[in-house]
Amino acid sequence: MPSPRRALPAPGAVVDPRRSGYLLVVSVVVLGCCLLPLGAASTPNKTPQPGAPKEQNGSPGHGGSHASNYTKKLFPVLSFDYGHVKPPFVIFLWILLASLMKLGFHLIPRLSSIVPESCLLIVVGLLMGGIFKLVGETPPILRSDLFFLYLLPPIILDAGYFLPIRPFTENLGTILIFAVVGTLWNSFFIGGLLYGVCQIEGTLSTVGLLPCLLFGAIISAVDPVAVLAVFEEIHINELLHILVFGESLLNDAVTVVLYHLFEEYAGAGAVTVTDVFLGIVSFLVVALGGVMVGAIYGVLSAFTSRFTAHTRVIEPLFVFVYSYLAYLSAEVFHLSGIMALIACGAVMRPYVEANISHKSHTTIKYFLKMWSSVSETLIFIFLGVSTVAGDHKWNWTFVVTTIILCMVARVLGVISLTYLINKFRIVKLTTKDQFIIAYGGLRGAIAFSLGYLLDTDHFPMRKMFLTAIITVIFFTVFVQGMTIRPLVDLLAVKKKQETKRSINEEIHTQFLDHLLTGIEDICGHYGHHHWKDKLNRFNKKYVKKCLIAGERSKEPQLIAFYHKMEMKQAIELVESGGGVKVPSAMPSTVSMQNIQPKKPPPERALPQISKGREEEIRKILRNNLQKTRQRLQSYNRHTLVVDPYEDGWNEILLKRKKMIELEKKISQMSNYLTVPAPPPDSPTIARARLASDPQAWSIKPAANADTVPSIKVDLASPQSPDSVSTLDEFSRRQQQQQEEEEGGLMMKPPSAAREEQEDGKEQQRLQRCLSDPGPAGTEEEEDEPFLP
Amino acid sequence: MGSSQSAQEEQEYRALAERTGFSLDQIRNLHKRFKHLSHDEETLRKEDFDEISDLTPNPIRSQIIDAFFDKRNFGGNEVGRVQEIGFREFLTVMSHFRPLRQNLTEEGIERIRREKLRFLFNMHDKDSDGTITLDEYRSVVEELLSSSAAIEIETATAIADAAMLEVASVTVGEMAPGQVYEGITFEHFLEILKGVEIEAKMHVRFLNVDTTTVRCGKL
Repeated sequence: MPSPRRALPAPGAVVDPRRSGYLLVVSVVVLGCCLLPLGAASTPNKTPQPGAPKEQNGSPGHGGSHASNYTKKLFPVLSFDYGHVKPPFVIFLWILLASLMKLGFHLIPRLSSIVPESCLLIVVGLLMGGIFKLVGETPPILRSDLFFLYLLPPIILDAGYFLPIRPFTENLGTILIFAVVGTLWNSFFIGGLLYGVCQIEGTLSTVGLLPCLLFGAIISAVDPVAVLAVFEEIHINELLHILVFGESLLNDAVTVVLYHLFEEYAGAGAVTVTDVFLGIVSFLVVALGGVMVGAIYGVLSAFTSRFTAHTRVIEPLFVFVYSYLAYLSAEVFHLSGIMALIACGAVMRPYVEANISHKSHTTIKYFLKMWSSVSETLIFIFLGVSTVAGDHKWNWTFVVTTIILCMVARVLGVISLTYLINKFRIVKLTTKDQFIIAYGGLRGAIAFSLGYLLDTDHFPMRKMFLTAIITVIFFTVFVQGMTIRPLVDLLAVKKKQETKRSINEEIHTQFLDHLLTGIEDICGHYGHHHWKDKLNRFNKKYVKKCLIAGERSKEPQLIAFYHKMEMKQAIELVESGGGVKVPSAMPSTVSMQNIQPKKPPPERALPQISKGREEEIRKILRNNLQKTRQRLQSYNRHTLVVDPYEDGWNEILLKRKKMIELEKKISQMSNYLTVPAPPPDSPTIARARLASDPQAWSIKPAANADTVPSIKVDLASPQSPDSVSTLDEFSRRQQQQQEEEEGGLMMKPPSAAREEQEDGKEQQRLQRCLSDPGPAGTEEEEDEPFLP
Repeated sequence: MGSSQSAQEEQEYRALAERTGFSLDQIRNLHKRFKHLSHDEETLRKEDFDEISDLTPNPIRSQIIDAFFDKRNFGGNEVGRVQEIGFREFLTVMSHFRPLRQNLTEEGIERIRREKLRFLFNMHDKDSDGTITLDEYRSVVEELLSSSAAIEIETATAIADAAMLEVASVTVGEMAPGQVYEGITFEHFLEILKGVEIEAKMHVRFLNVDTTTVRCGKL
């Protein structure tokens, strides 16, 4: 998944984080206690509320003194009518509680790095449930309709919309085999063996085969919510992430079919061959139908977004509404809602993104992340509460056997399937990969909700099932979730590379695509690339014309990528405040001149961006440059450390290197020069362009590089000692972050080399500094060394 | 075909298999394809490639075709171009697209990476001087974008310039205003494309190579 949804610990928090953490916990407890009486307060329709004068005026509540036989009271100045707002009030109190908990976890320093958030949330749920029980109220249980209709879709939509299409389609075969065959294997293995155990064990012999198989189907599905929650934090490499995650998404179809099949026939008691055959057909219908429904809605949404040029404000709404309708429509027909949602998001994304404004894009991104985050938090908390709330029937044999069988089935399944899959894969899956795939098969709330839906009449052992399901969920989330991170480190599994796509890589990826297509054609072998190329051409010729507004429909991918990159650079440049960049601006003094020696530099080294876009860029710059000026007057670490939620965190630090070049371009853009600017000199450009706090510029960059590395303020060689104290802090931080960032990227020459221009002494100091990652460095730990 | 001929061919095939790493089956298939393309002649010419209709919409077809006639791709150290190639050369060029074998050591993988990247490099470096100059890179980008109509030359130029700039900043890092970045050398090229897993991506599955009939490859 692209960007972490978690908050980084506020580095410059003025308040002591631990104190605020305690404050938070206390306030949350108070909040929780508020929930109890309010949640328990019965509605006025059932029992009269004491001291609610309105009651006496009649149930509708507002005014109306129609009854003539009442004694006239004084007009109520203040009245209490809680019942009126109870439902939304309680809901939002829960949401508030969930969000405050999330905040709290990240304020407590070491906690979030050891324990995954999902575990903490379940524990909170347990506590809440416990408190409820103590007070004597019935705590709310995670109702299945609430879960499936409201809590699950945002998470899935978030996953589907931001699904990395390329790795997904490249590994689609593998993912499908794991999802379909793997889940089937798991269900039957667990169900069958469990039935055998039940027969052997005296007390359980009432459990029939079909209920066992149904239980197997419920418990064997890998849960996308849990997988996302845990994998998000371990930053594993893209391949493994997409394999496990893709599997968790696509096995929904299998689960749906198996669940309905067994549930349907558990009453009848036997399954015939016809039923099995129908089951297979049903599977195809469910899966493909779901995808089709999603695709249709996706196309509709893309088409709608073509016309939103004049109503930019409601653009995000279309994305959300169409996707949710896709989900609901699929659920109407008992098709796979998850697959519909994924298909909808994946289909509409390229077209919608070409049509909507940049702000809408940001809005969509943040809303999706926000909703899915809240949903996930609520799900885990409710899981905890439901555990305490539900009445359980604990049966040692059943539960222990279930857990063991789950693990064994998963391991066996993964190993045998990988053996089969590796025959067809180019990049084989190693043992380490297999281990992670097996270990990452977490169960979660979907299993619980499916179990909850069971009808007690047909399934008298429902309570036992639920207990077992919850135990398995707890086991996988706590044990596997907590240990997967150290295991990943221990096994030295490849982590996610934080590199950003460079223009060169983009060019060559496209080049490679065409090259391989050409070779295939020469061979006469209509393979993978050939069909992909055909699809692309079809897309370009027909589909894009329909779904993308205006001239952008003809824009080739490379150009779109390039423009996007330029736009991002422009925005980052301005957003992060020009002043910061000066110290670290040395990195590359390479400019346009250096690569075109023989002839005079081109008149316009700029792309011919359309007027509209130029206007946009200029507007952004104008708006923000002002802020930059103001900001720099009173800088501190808060404003300079850009909002870490922005996924441009990496980009910003990366792009800072290129600031000089960009500034030049921007100046040319704003001035419409046809004469090239004078040869750029890094500090002077910065000084001239961004009319910012002169004090920031008065220090020579070399001096800054001097002072930057040393952690202790070393006044040995700075040229202007008075500026050291102020700039040293933040520039050091920026420096460190940039070093860490760049260390992880493909740029091999250490930025250290760029920083120090003359002094070897400075390099030494830099080396010492670089070996100590700053506080923010723990977030993105790269395996590659900073220095060669 | 007489048995003696096929025996001779077998021997040839074996030698080729040794050299290029293909299996005998694959070599037989490719030879059939070669004969089909060359109309049963011994050598292939550029015009023969032009007849492949599927290749026409490909934006970089001329570069691909040129690559087949580029001596640098024939395994030796020669430079220059030829007018026609035999089956041996055809096979050698094709061998650059073999899928990665299993059980290779790190060095083996690195070696294959270099080979494949060398092939790409040669495709860009048209004048065989060992560096990709700005002009050559520009023409690469232009060709890539040539498939879409209404492309402005300046955009292509700008993209190529930006890309070149990136290469320079990444590999060299620091240049005084007066210095000149000559062009992308092979080492720089390697560095720039470190992120793209060439050895895994640059391959074609040769399992179902068939000359006249069309068969979809396995995913």
